Amino acid sequence: MSNAIIPLLLDSLASAALIFFAAVGLTLVFSVLRVLNVAHGSLYSIGGYVAASLCLFIASRQLNPYLSFAALLFSAVFVAAIFGPLIERSLVRWTYGKSEAVQILITFGLFLMLEDLQRMIFGVQSFYEDAPMRLLGTLTIGGVVYLNYQILLIGMALLVVISLRLLVNHTRLGRLITAVVTDREMAQSIGIDTNRIFILAFSLGVFLAALGGALATPTSGIAPGLGADTMVLAFAVAAIGGLGQIEGAAVASLIVGVARVLAIYLVPSLDAVAPYAAMLVVLLIRPYGLFGSMTARRI
Amino acid sequence: MRTIVAASAVLILAVLPVAAPWLQFVLTLAIAKGFAALGVAVLLRAGLISIGHAMFFAASAYGVAFLARAGINDLGLLLILSVLAAALLGAIAGLFLVRYRAIFFAMLNLAVSMVFYALCAKLYSVTGGTDGMTVPVPAVFGVVLGEPTFKSVLFYISLALMLLVGLAIQRYLNSPLGHALAAVHSNEIRLEYLGIPVWAVLLVAYVVSAALAGLGGAIAGFAIGRVVPDFAFWTASGHLVLIAVLGGIGGVPGAFIGALFLELLHSVAVTVTDAWNLIVGLTLIVVIMFLPQGFYGLFSRKEASSL
Amino acid sequence: MTRPILEARGLHVAFNGVKAADGVSISIHDGEFLAIIGPNGSGKTTLLNICTGYIRPGSGSVLLDGHDITHLSPRAIARRGVARAFQIPQLFSAQRVIDNMMLALAAKDGLWNAIRPLDTGARRAEAKALLDLIGLADDTDRISSTLPEGHRKLLDIAVALALKPRLLLLDEPTSGVSALERFPLMEALMSALRQRQITALFVEHDMDVVARYASRVLVWNAGNIMAEGRPDQVFSNAQVRERVIGVA
Ligand SMILES: Nc1ncnc2c1ncn2[C@@H]1O[C@H](COP(=O)(O)OP(=O)(O)O)[C@@H](O)[C@H]1O
Ligand SMILES: [Mg+2]
Repeated sequence: MSNAIIPLLLDSLASAALIFFAAVGLTLVFSVLRVLNVAHGSLYSIGGYVAASLCLFIASRQLNPYLSFAALLFSAVFVAAIFGPLIERSLVRWTYGKSEAVQILITFGLFLMLEDLQRMIFGVQSFYEDAPMRLLGTLTIGGVVYLNYQILLIGMALLVVISLRLLVNHTRLGRLITAVVTDREMAQSIGIDTNRIFILAFSLGVFLAALGGALATPTSGIAPGLGADTMVLAFAVAAIGGLGQIEGAAVASLIVGVARVLAIYLVPSLDAVAPYAAMLVVLLIRPYGLFGSMTARRI
Repeated sequence: MRTIVAASAVLILAVLPVAAPWLQFVLTLAIAKGFAALGVAVLLRAGLISIGHAMFFAASAYGVAFLARAGINDLGLLLILSVLAAALLGAIAGLFLVRYRAIFFAMLNLAVSMVFYALCAKLYSVTGGTDGMTVPVPAVFGVVLGEPTFKSVLFYISLALMLLVGLAIQRYLNSPLGHALAAVHSNEIRLEYLGIPVWAVLLVAYVVSAALAGLGGAIAGFAIGRVVPDFAFWTASGHLVLIAVLGGIGGVPGAFIGALFLELLHSVAVTVTDAWNLIVGLTLIVVIMFLPQGFYGLFSRKEASSL
Repeated sequence: MTRPILEARGLHVAFNGVKAADGVSISIHDGEFLAIIGPNGSGKTTLLNICTGYIRPGSGSVLLDGHDITHLSPRAIARRGVARAFQIPQLFSAQRVIDNMMLALAAKDGLWNAIRPLDTGARRAEAKALLDLIGLADDTDRISSTLPEGHRKLLDIAVALALKPRLLLLDEPTSGVSALERFPLMEALMSALRQRQITALFVEHDMDVVARYASRVLVWNAGNIMAEGRPDQVFSNAQVRERVIGVA
């Protein structure tokens, strides 16, 4: 029993870790900018496409295969540096202070555009280059074989949670971010450059999404439609945890991972629906997620 | 004056396919999508954006295919039953969804529709997977028609339904219930203090909008002769949102004018580029950014919140 | 004495340790026009929020006609004949003034009619009459967000009146209303209350208004009632004069 369930659990947690990267970026951007970027999932798949292209290039030139690890990280930084400031400045900034309906429509329009652009640039075939996964090999404990790459993914997710918490609680930038999150007007009035904070936070969110996409290429590959799937899954995870909650997203990823394992055991054909079922159950009991709350308007 | 404009517009629509037969299919599809976009526009009144309404469009088209497979072969009956099915689905989803606003509402609609899409594509033995299901030519008032004749009849029935249903929706929006719906966007607290149950107002609107999308889906199914999971795909929902936003200024006719405009544009655009969603997304952004303020009150901020 | 319409018993509520109600009990009887005065931040609005079910008290209960309504929603309490006008007007700001009024009138009866329009001749006439009464006759077709603050306040009160309540709660009805319009507003309000036999409770800062119109005054301070009585009694209380009215 455990021989079968532990690899399955590891597998589920590894894929949950990938969604976590996207979800935590989404949640971070939401808490700082108060904008939910509907195009966030597209940045995940763009990160994946860039990483896959680089890894395939490295393989085709027969360069040192360990370069592909650097390529994964570089892709995320690259996508964040290009798309973060670009999108924040051109579209998202325009929506500050406007109604949420406008924010949804603008970022949804961007989502449609980005998905089509990817299809035009990268075509409709899927990208898959598993050099990084092969290089790391496997681990055998008690006769059960584990993929080291999956363990790495889970480790990285933990690392992201810890780093973000450290960033927010123990750095100057973190204090500035906290000030902006707590009271935007107040932060502005004491001279904090909120526009800079917004660009930084948005780009960090893009980085996390693109990192997820890049790390996904060696395991699941990148195919058209991934951006939309990721967006909805990332939202599901962020919603389960409570929008704006970093640790909430981590706990929610665990829940989604475990839900998937249960689904594979109970109703294998519906494993893809498991995250949504988990979301439905959580939201029916707690409408704004495990750690979220909706404060009533003062009248 | 307005009635004259409307009447002449409908007359022109009615004779267009006689002059240019290829337009008949495009126009039928435009009316079908106009119904669905009108559904999205109804919710937009309350400031709620559904980016998953293609689900109801698809559900009803699948409904027609299933009912036809089960031996029901009458156009009227198929339309009524499939719209009811969409409305029922809307009631079930709505019970859960009308608790939410803004981004939660939008994203949860998207999520529900993507689950629906995934199920349609995966459950091969039931839905035929990505191949979809055929929608056979039904009998019209007991008369069995050839396919070309049926398509013409379908077009004129759709045109008539557009008028009838459009008027009914206009009435609904002008009724106390319709005004309460628009008021949800302005001030829910005042609504509650008037003793008006906001959730019920929204649930009615949600069911109406699902039924409208369902009517559109059934017509589209008949016009195309097939239903595939892509009917429910999120990009299809995106089109509906764009049409609703485009037509927003024009009220009920706006949805149909927007749909007509977009379908015509689409049939031209596909001959030169396959970047259709790029165009849709860009148009959406441009329309939102450069439209004059005040449109549907979407731009208006909520009441001040302080002591 | 008859049973009170509305009664609050031992209400406690605190926000982050700050007590906005600290064991308050009040009651209001048929036909009264009860004024509540007190410094800003002393918890007057909070009391109205509790009495209308918008927030739940930490402890204590609210009774309407002797029935416990502490845990009912604002909607359920409104349905039982309690209407409220807000300190900050709560309007349908994107809608016209007349539509705000007609929707309030329809809320009472006829909301579930999706066939007849909101704008029926009879309903419009009734709305117009109320707008005339309250002094908004010239603003009928304006979008309510474009009204000046004082007129938004008036509209908020007119909307509450349109519900034909038995009990009306008014949160600083004259604040934001110009000094010139203040007494005409109060006269109109009083005649509407008398004519329709509405009992009312109002929070007020203008002592002239209180002295002239209130049938009884509660003086509120730091979440508690520090004095109570007829206006002349209360205003002659030295403590009240010092702490609340600001004259020694
Ligand atoms: N929803 C709330 N959250 C936190 N504090 C509140 C809330 N509502 C009121 N308060 C606080 O409670 C106290 C009483 O407020 P309020 O009832 O509005 O006073 P008043 O109407 O007498 O001016 C104030 O200190 C106010 O800041
Ligand atoms: Mg107050």
